[in-house]
Amino acid sequence: MATVELEFTPLPAHVRTARLIATAVARRAGITESLLDEVRLAVGEACSRAVEAHRQYCPAEPVRLELSDDDGRFQVVVTDNAPGDDPVADGAPSGPVEERPEPGRTAAVPEPLPANFGLAVIAGLADDVEVSSTDRGLRVRMSWPAMRSVPVTP
Amino acid sequence: MDLKLEHHTEDDLEVVEVEGEIDVYTAPRLRELLIDLVNKGHFNLVVNMEKVEFLDSTGLGVLVGGLKRVRAHDGSLDLVCTQERILKIFRITGLTKVFGIYDSVGDAKAARKSQK
Repeated sequence: MATVELEFTPLPAHVRTARLIATAVARRAGITESLLDEVRLAVGEACSRAVEAHRQYCPAEPVRLELSDDDGRFQVVVTDNAPGDDPVADGAPSGPVEERPEPGRTAAVPEPLPANFGLAVIAGLADDVEVSSTDRGLRVRMSWPAMRSVPVTP
Repeated sequence: MDLKLEHHTEDDLEVVEVEGEIDVYTAPRLRELLIDLVNKGHFNLVVNMEKVEFLDSTGLGVLVGGLKRVRAHDGSLDLVCTQERILKIFRITGLTKVFGIYDSVGDAKAARKSQK
């Protein structure tokens, strides 16, 4: 069982809440201050990606966040249930980040960053990252060394 | 904290002061402001990020989108940032090569003048 489990409605406003909770649990798990910024950013990226996927495919279903600090590692798992969102199967990142029409413009101007840019950022932040497809969506697991669980010599 | 946006004109530059967190929730407001400034004819922008506490890839996307828009008018979008935690995300994404990143608004202005 995870130390903290959180399910939240896929709204962008809740991503900040997820970041704050993850940072608080990470700090308690003994993550060093220098790594806390990386945890905060990586969790934010994973949750943002899941929220956007849910808003597109299943806005009524919650995004799931699990935080645990077993075996000397602080582990974060973000799971979505968006069946059409599978960058693992797609291979390379695809599509623009933003395709909504903009005020005063007749056609959307796509942003230059790809949709799965966030996953690339996560890969650059955490030394242990695993992105896998589940039968319902995508699972992003990442972990960092947690100092608290390191055995103390007598 | 939420995102606070202000902007003012300095010489021929429009300086955008950003304070708070730029993420998937708040980034659309920054995007709207940058689009609005470009639509009003401000093609040389400096975004001061010294008071930004958090920036994610959504925010980066908005800045890159802004850069693309001003460049379409032969303009510029430079950044002011000395915070290591914010600079790090520009480094790991390689965007330090895309943006001019300066220590102060004054430095950004001086660099812009020297490039004319």
